[in-house]
Amino acid sequence: MSNVVTPQAPSVPSARTGPAPIAATARGERKPISRDRLTAMLMLLPSVVAILLFVYGFIAWNAWASLTSWRGLGFMPQFGPIRFPAGDFVGFDNYSKLFADQRFVKDLTNNGLFTLAFLVACTVIGLGLAIFLDQHVKGEVFFRNVFLFPMALSFVVTGTIWRWIFLDLKWITDKNTALIAVIIAAVWQMTGFTMAMFLAALRGIPDDLREAARVDGATEVGIYRHVILPLINPIILSALIILGHISLKIFDLVYVMTGGSPTLGYATDMPSIYMFQLAFKDDLFARSAAISMIMLVFVAIVIIPYLWSSYRAEKEAQV
Amino acid sequence: MVSIKSRAAWIAALGIAVLPVLSACGGDATATPPPPVATNTTAAPAAGEPTQATGGGSAGGTTFGGGTVADLEAEGVKGDPAASGKFEFFSWWTAGGEADGKNDLLNMYKALFPNVELIDAAVAGGGGDQAKAVLKTRMQGNDPPDTFQVHGGPELLEGFVAPGRMEPITGLLKDMKMDVGFPKQLLDMVSKDGEIYAVPANVHRGNVLFYNRKVFADNGLKAPTTWDEFATVADALKAKGITPIGVGGKDTWAVTMLFEDILLAQGGADKFTSLMQGKTEWTDPAVASALTTLGTFVTKGYFGTDFSGLTWDAAAGQVLNGKAGMTIMGDWAKGYFQANDPKWADNFGWEPSPGTTGIFKVITDSFGLPKGAKNPENTKHFLAVLASKVGQVTFNLRKGSIPARTDVDTSKFDVYMKDAAKDFSEAKSLVGSAPHGSATVEAFASALNTAINTFVANPADAAAAATDIQSKAADLLK
Repeated sequence: MSNVVTPQAPSVPSARTGPAPIAATARGERKPISRDRLTAMLMLLPSVVAILLFVYGFIAWNAWASLTSWRGLGFMPQFGPIRFPAGDFVGFDNYSKLFADQRFVKDLTNNGLFTLAFLVACTVIGLGLAIFLDQHVKGEVFFRNVFLFPMALSFVVTGTIWRWIFLDLKWITDKNTALIAVIIAAVWQMTGFTMAMFLAALRGIPDDLREAARVDGATEVGIYRHVILPLINPIILSALIILGHISLKIFDLVYVMTGGSPTLGYATDMPSIYMFQLAFKDDLFARSAAISMIMLVFVAIVIIPYLWSSYRAEKEAQV
Repeated sequence: MVSIKSRAAWIAALGIAVLPVLSACGGDATATPPPPVATNTTAAPAAGEPTQATGGGSAGGTTFGGGTVADLEAEGVKGDPAASGKFEFFSWWTAGGEADGKNDLLNMYKALFPNVELIDAAVAGGGGDQAKAVLKTRMQGNDPPDTFQVHGGPELLEGFVAPGRMEPITGLLKDMKMDVGFPKQLLDMVSKDGEIYAVPANVHRGNVLFYNRKVFADNGLKAPTTWDEFATVADALKAKGITPIGVGGKDTWAVTMLFEDILLAQGGADKFTSLMQGKTEWTDPAVASALTTLGTFVTKGYFGTDFSGLTWDAAAGQVLNGKAGMTIMGDWAKGYFQANDPKWADNFGWEPSPGTTGIFKVITDSFGLPKGAKNPENTKHFLAVLASKVGQVTFNLRKGSIPARTDVDTSKFDVYMKDAAKDFSEAKSLVGSAPHGSATVEAFASALNTAINTFVANPADAAAAATDIQSKAADLLK
């Protein structure tokens, strides 16, 4: 993850200069395309085309694959530059087989529990750490970096290290604790990230608000509860969305730590691990594609309302 | 001063800005297999044991475990200095005896065809799972290696031959009269519709019970020949605080192999094969009975408490140090004992798994010619080397398996190999092993593995497990 959220107060005035001018011209009546606008469009065009093709095109291809009987290494029919899945159209057969598959149902349950615990723990602990650092403690920079550092590691590294730790504790060889062990590792890795986001948000709240609350006789706890938390609600939502889509797609951490715990009745198996196995071991490409579509739908359920609401918020902010 | 509301919008915008970057990161995770895949491309294999006599025109002085290059030429495998281009050999043999065997084979090839550039494309990890993932991606992209390691049986025939990915090599073997040395039942595992598609390189036996002779002698026990005797022996060992049987539960297939052996003993070889091909339903009583037996072993604690964390070699290690009395494994476990105890042949005994005398569970690695290979002539040369008696003996002396040909000189074999070679040539039935590709298609082998391991984790309802396996069989075996 290359993007590092630096927990500093956003420089407020310049923050508006990003989206605003574009929206301002968009609101205007149709004019002949100006030179600037043309340049902008030309600059955007390659990435728009690339995204349409390599993201949405492939999603569509994958969706089609999930509706076929494609399995095995048969030669794929080719039309022009595009190769199509080697299988017949079977409707939602793969989906119904999956939902009748005990292992897949177990995967969904595991993933649901994992996501829930991961979101709650990351938010609560991250918020706690952010509030702690917001008290201008001595050595704040040091602590900030200590908490943030796990985020810089790959999930594979995290998984390996925590695997060793939990092997000694015998947690990942016990079906009752294996999932908890995985959750702890994931939380350890991502809490620093939520902390950074929350800290940035806290720093963005002007001190005069706190002062005003204090003058009105609010306690410190009361200030956080009634003034500050409501103000950083949007960023809590952002953090939940970002974490949520990571946890719905979690693969590497679990794969390295437990491999899905097949010997413990698949106690930590995830849809993504099953997807990987179906495609690259079992040659059941269509069914694997169906799992990826189901995962896409789950992520979409989380993200689309968020995108919608932030889009609305942005519009309102501009009016 | 900016209002609070717009500040919130700014923060939301930040969230949106961060999101695509993160989803790109997350997307990587599901799109690519994350475990490190080591693809070693070596232009020439490291010169190991074989001794090159001189750099002269004749390579006849080079000696390998199974004979000299001159012996090879006597078998009709002639070298050709004019052969050029490349030859890419794809396998998951990266360590131990199997890597040594591979290097010997490639050196032998190099001695005959000195001007061909060898590419040793080995992918480590996961008992071949990582290699298979790479291979399948390359196949889908119409970029096959010149030859690749594949288990003989449905893994080859259904996985690669049926979709039209392989060229027949019947003519090649017949011309060199090399097809005669392989047992017919073994050739059947690499043949479809009368054509041979691969050369079996070796044969491992999958149904072997290894036991610690000292532990057995101390407790006055004999190696069990039926599963009832096995239970008696296991109870006796358990009473002494010895884990009766070391099971590599972490390698999920080890548990499935154990189930296979129980099923073989209780249902017989024919029913076993018929089940694996989907011709007999898994609701057959023999399946539930075998599952019940397996479940009893689990609940009685025959596997010890920590078996789900052990790999097969750690389980063999328990037998090695006397912590466990027995282990049931493929005969690559012999290689483990051999590597860790110079007196292995005295300290450890071996028998067919209880109730499977006369049945030989075959696990064979084979090599063929993929359709669209870039250097088909070089591949054919290599396959001739591999199919020769010299090649078979050389490779298997290193790998620890027995040659797939039964007409070879067995004088250099160790005592186990001699035993196995005799059992192989005298076996009443050859059967396959699901986790090793020789019994059934990979999709069903995986589903079976999942079902068996799920059952072992909670061995409550054998009938329900059998019904579940049958539903997978109906879905995946056609």
